[in-house]
Amino acid sequence: MSTRDSLEFDVLVIGAGPSGLSAAIRLKQLANEAGQELSVCVIEKGSEVGAHLLSGAVFEPHALDELIPDWKDKGAPLTTPAREDHFVFLTETKAHKFPVTPPQMNNHGNFIISLGNLARWMAAQAEELGVEIYPGFAAAEVLYDEQGAVKGVATGDMGIGKDGAKTANYTPGMELHAKQTIFAEGCRGSLTKTLFETFNLRDGVDPQTYGLGIKELWEIDPAKSQPGLIVHTIGWPMDAKTYGGSWLYHMDGNLVSVGFVVGLDYANPHLSPFEEFQRYKTHPAIRPTFEGGRRIAYGARALSEGGFQSIPKLTFPGGLIVGDAAGFLNVPKIKGNHTAMKSGMVAAEAVYEHLTGGSNGREVVEYPERLKASWVWSELHAVRNIRPGFQKGLWAGLANAAFETATRGKAPWTLHHHADHTTLKKAAEAPPIVYPKPDGVVSFDRLSSVYLSNTNHEENQPAHLTLKDAETPIRVNLALYDAPETRYCPAGVYEIVRAEDGTAPRLQINAQNCVHCKTCDIKDPTQNINWVVPEGGGGPNYPGGM
Amino acid sequence: MKVLVPVKRVVDYNVKVRVKADGSGVETANVKFSMNPFDEIAVEEAVRLKEAGKASEVVAVSIGPATAQETLRTALAIGADRAILVQTDAEVQPLGVAKALKALIEKEAPQIVLLGKQAIDGDCNQTGQMLAALLGWPQGTFASKVVPGDGVLTVTREIDGGLETVELTLPAVVTTDLRLNEPRYASLPNIMKAKKKPLETVTAESLGVDLSPRLTTLKVAEPPKRKAGIKVSDVGALVDKLRNDARVI
Repeated sequence: MSTRDSLEFDVLVIGAGPSGLSAAIRLKQLANEAGQELSVCVIEKGSEVGAHLLSGAVFEPHALDELIPDWKDKGAPLTTPAREDHFVFLTETKAHKFPVTPPQMNNHGNFIISLGNLARWMAAQAEELGVEIYPGFAAAEVLYDEQGAVKGVATGDMGIGKDGAKTANYTPGMELHAKQTIFAEGCRGSLTKTLFETFNLRDGVDPQTYGLGIKELWEIDPAKSQPGLIVHTIGWPMDAKTYGGSWLYHMDGNLVSVGFVVGLDYANPHLSPFEEFQRYKTHPAIRPTFEGGRRIAYGARALSEGGFQSIPKLTFPGGLIVGDAAGFLNVPKIKGNHTAMKSGMVAAEAVYEHLTGGSNGREVVEYPERLKASWVWSELHAVRNIRPGFQKGLWAGLANAAFETATRGKAPWTLHHHADHTTLKKAAEAPPIVYPKPDGVVSFDRLSSVYLSNTNHEENQPAHLTLKDAETPIRVNLALYDAPETRYCPAGVYEIVRAEDGTAPRLQINAQNCVHCKTCDIKDPTQNINWVVPEGGGGPNYPGGM
Repeated sequence: MKVLVPVKRVVDYNVKVRVKADGSGVETANVKFSMNPFDEIAVEEAVRLKEAGKASEVVAVSIGPATAQETLRTALAIGADRAILVQTDAEVQPLGVAKALKALIEKEAPQIVLLGKQAIDGDCNQTGQMLAALLGWPQGTFASKVVPGDGVLTVTREIDGGLETVELTLPAVVTTDLRLNEPRYASLPNIMKAKKKPLETVTAESLGVDLSPRLTTLKVAEPPKRKAGIKVSDVGALVDKLRNDARVI
């Protein structure tokens, strides 16, 4: 370990998503305006900026207006204005449009975007300001100084073989040191998770609760394209106890972004979010959009749904957490990009003030204070009770949502969350679900889907999906829950294989398929699966448009 | 001894290439690009020659759009010393590229031109051969081993059914095959250094080269989908299918 070289920066940002890039841009804006030298470095585990970004996405430009007011002149890829909102309740055969769209889902003034393209554009803006961005480098380890403060991260070693030994191409990781490290890893960040434990950042807050979003990008028949049309559905194919719903957004260029989110607090271990999504597309009201089109990309990503009551302590000596790694998603709006960006900007302002104001403290305590005074806080506070209201099922959830919306979150109570890995029932106590076979026209199997994520991991490396205990997958997961990882993983990473006579089951981990959604790390009932970063550059290569 | 390494910016090998809806070509909008993997092997080999003290300078060259600068930066991060971009937005074809390289080579006077045997986009496998012909230089194509000697280069070539070893008198053109080497990971400090290495941009006109395409693409189509297989009940049914449906016996 002592052989690692190190590099020094003023501020280091982990992850080139909307929050990390916003933080980097804001920092350099402030430094450049004041004529201050400030080195800002962003590292990103994807092979390029945007390679791992996946979002619907209907984008509220609020934060971008504040960050780069002339974004339009600078060519930001916000080209499809939201035009029409439909909020639809599906039964197995019928679709009922709600006469009014809930106010949080009114998207007037918003844009349908590709988050990957937005980040690629933001990265170019950041580089112009002097930010250094290095994609293909995964932050694998948090580094601490003698006082226990975070002093930076180490990137992963490259060229370690499957057996754990160095190959001819071995390149040791680098130590990146900084006065402040901003963790912008996104939902369920693998280093953020260790920070929660080291600094007890989750003490006194609700557990985070998550959703899994699975998305496809389609090129549809030009005759059916209606750029700006936004359709959200609830109801079928989810049962009334399970939180979930779909999005379908028409973009320019005959592209359609379609996806399905399932709350990871679901109870039935037989449920397969991937197959729920596939069967959703076969609904008579949905299917026609895709007939005559072709699917061009596929991916999946977990998102934080805990909202206000699940926000952890955001700072610790030497660093802080921004974006969905902390969990600022507004669930009823199903949007988190604007809040993620704003949190990055607020953090940047606090860090800049801290570093230039001669403060000796290692912890940027100004960041949470400033965030609490910003619109992020009031926006999340107002909707805090809506998502937990759905724990009692769809109809109770909708009634509660209507009440909370009417009273603007002024109710004196706050509803609470459970950790998602605790919610599964035993397989024997839950009804089995039979999913239809994919038709190859609008619905597909897992492997042909994963193929379209362009995911790739260097073959000769240790699996980055690690098991704390090798026996648990069979002894607990298979025996009690019928191996739910084989169903909730949207990339076919987990497989139970047996000897020819059907005995001796074992869990096979196809780590190469992984699309970095983090669902296994979240939902595994005994928290036996630990997701760590693979070699930098590995993982999906989502195309622009995703 | 100077080594010139031409590199091409192509659609990344991980990307599932898709034909445009109108059949006019392959979709390149919103697609990740990176260096042609065979060219990466060429850069690696050139850098190894330099590290072994056999080469004095490695110059990376690309012919393509402004964005090809990124590809050249990758070559610089692996270890090339400087880079030249012949900037053009036109479609580039092997003959035009070979002519542009010839013009550059007359200026740069390298002893070895080391390039990929083909680019993974057009799979032409022509540029190296055309360049050798235009220059009147010896060529060693599909190299799996390159050993520099005194004024010569011993190249082991991958040919049908085995290996062939040839000795080339320098200057010479060598095209790389997959087994020549495994390119290194560009380290973070080397990527940083690459940003500061010289990168010169010239136009095709300044080289006096006409890059206009000589070939016209009529249509691009995906290969026909393979039909699902069927199970036959016995040998008789199989023979019947082969004779009457597949018409192969």
